[in-house]
Amino acid sequence: MSLKLENVSYTYMPGTPYEHQALKNVNLEIRKGEFVALIGHTGSGKSTLVQHLNGLLHPTKGVATIDGTDMAGKKKEAKEARNKVGMVFQYPEHQLFAETVFEDVAFGPRNLGLSEEEVQQRVRDALKFVGLDFDTYVNRSPFGLSGGQMRRVAIAGVVAMNPDYLILDEPSAGLDPGARNAVFREIEELYKKRKIGIIMVTHSMEEAAKFATRLLVISNGEVILDGKPERIFREDKARLLEVGMDVPQVFKLADLLRSKGMRLPNDITDSAVLLQEIRKRKGW
Amino acid sequence: MLGNITLGQYYPGDSLVHRLDPRTKILVTLLLIVAIFLAKTALGYVSLSILVLLVIALARLPYLLVFRSIKPLALIIILTLGLHLFLGQGEKVIWSYKFISITEEGLQMGVKMSMRLILLLMFSSILTFTTSPIVLTDGIESLLRPFRKIGVPAHELAMMMTIALRFIPTLLEETDRIVKAQTARGADFASGNILQKAKNMLPILIPLFISAFRRADDLAIAMEARCYRGGEGRTRMHQLAYGMRDGGAFVFAFLVLGLELFLRWNPSLTLPF
Repeated sequence: MSLKLENVSYTYMPGTPYEHQALKNVNLEIRKGEFVALIGHTGSGKSTLVQHLNGLLHPTKGVATIDGTDMAGKKKEAKEARNKVGMVFQYPEHQLFAETVFEDVAFGPRNLGLSEEEVQQRVRDALKFVGLDFDTYVNRSPFGLSGGQMRRVAIAGVVAMNPDYLILDEPSAGLDPGARNAVFREIEELYKKRKIGIIMVTHSMEEAAKFATRLLVISNGEVILDGKPERIFREDKARLLEVGMDVPQVFKLADLLRSKGMRLPNDITDSAVLLQEIRKRKGW
Repeated sequence: MLGNITLGQYYPGDSLVHRLDPRTKILVTLLLIVAIFLAKTALGYVSLSILVLLVIALARLPYLLVFRSIKPLALIIILTLGLHLFLGQGEKVIWSYKFISITEEGLQMGVKMSMRLILLLMFSSILTFTTSPIVLTDGIESLLRPFRKIGVPAHELAMMMTIALRFIPTLLEETDRIVKAQTARGADFASGNILQKAKNMLPILIPLFISAFRRADDLAIAMEARCYRGGEGRTRMHQLAYGMRDGGAFVFAFLVLGLELFLRWNPSLTLPF
């Protein structure tokens, strides 16, 4: 059970003066149960990469498979395979279209050909997951909601398809801190409850360090680092800085404290944990 | 999916033709179009065809690229040729089968008419290949300015065109993203009858309209905030200026026009073969 890219290259507008190679020979395997954070500069190929993971783009060279099925196929299996991967785009609230919240969230499940009761159940579950009360919101227009609520409705629309893998492209962009935390809490809960594979594109090192079990760093269309976030932030700091990325503030602070002689464990990824450790050492 | 649309088909380059003033290019293209309509004899068409090839070489455009611009109207060209070929009246029948017959006059007329269309398309696409859309609108604005006295809102028209051109790629990108997002939710845009298909488009059209209105609003506010109040007294960052080469281009265009006029009134001049 895995999403797999083998020797994948992708070129935009081949044969024109605007030709641009966005991915160069990428090899990657993502299993169910992994929480992958994908980081990289603007234009590094992140969005192109994730679009290969659910068959929206097909490799110019190489193969993209899900559980062994080639996603580039025209057959029914390829389409069904693609439905196993949910994708939440950047600013997903810009894709809302229906008259009511219910209809919008139900769009995906209906396209799966489910029965009306099942659709109803899926919508109920999905809205619960994103923390919106079913009875309060189902009949409201999605366009009358706040930005954070609209984003949640949009995420619910993807979650309602019960994907095995969920791709989120900067799910917190443009949200205030309150809504941001809420969205992340819901994603984490979804990950823990359903044991699905999550791939999250992000700019924020803090988010990556906090949630991900695996970190992929992409630069110039190539995956340059792949591993546990705490290991990469500790061991490959130089490489990260080289490609214009940074390590999370928590790591910097922990590093600084270590260099001043404080003995701290190696796997601190969270400011709360760091605070706890410092308290323990200092006996505060 | 929509990534292959190159709007305004501008082909970046630094040739003599690229560097001409946009006004020159527009006017010269108009003169050459007049020349195309003046052409009557085979020699006239042949000379214009050679001219097109020369200009393409001068602009350093790939020949294939310019020839490909005929494609959108290929059907009409073939239809023109076919209609003249089979329905053209004439004396000299060169081929006939049952009630269908092809006459020499029909053949000549058909070839001439299709040549006319092809030449028109090629000359006008050389203009758009060598001039970026924004520069082109600048040129149009400048050319329309004298007509302001009779109430032609030159600046407003140009501004509208500039904005429309500016936002077409943005809207295409947006469409692309929405189509992808809805596809990821299992939307199917291809199946069903016409009514079903139209209904299937709603999940794309509604978000697209909403975003277009939002963008228009934002742009209006941004322009207001920078004190935009129309063309009156406005100066430009890039001033258009005629140069020596523009004069050359005009002389050249008038020479072509003269040649076609000459050939038109002297139909006895024919091809040596």
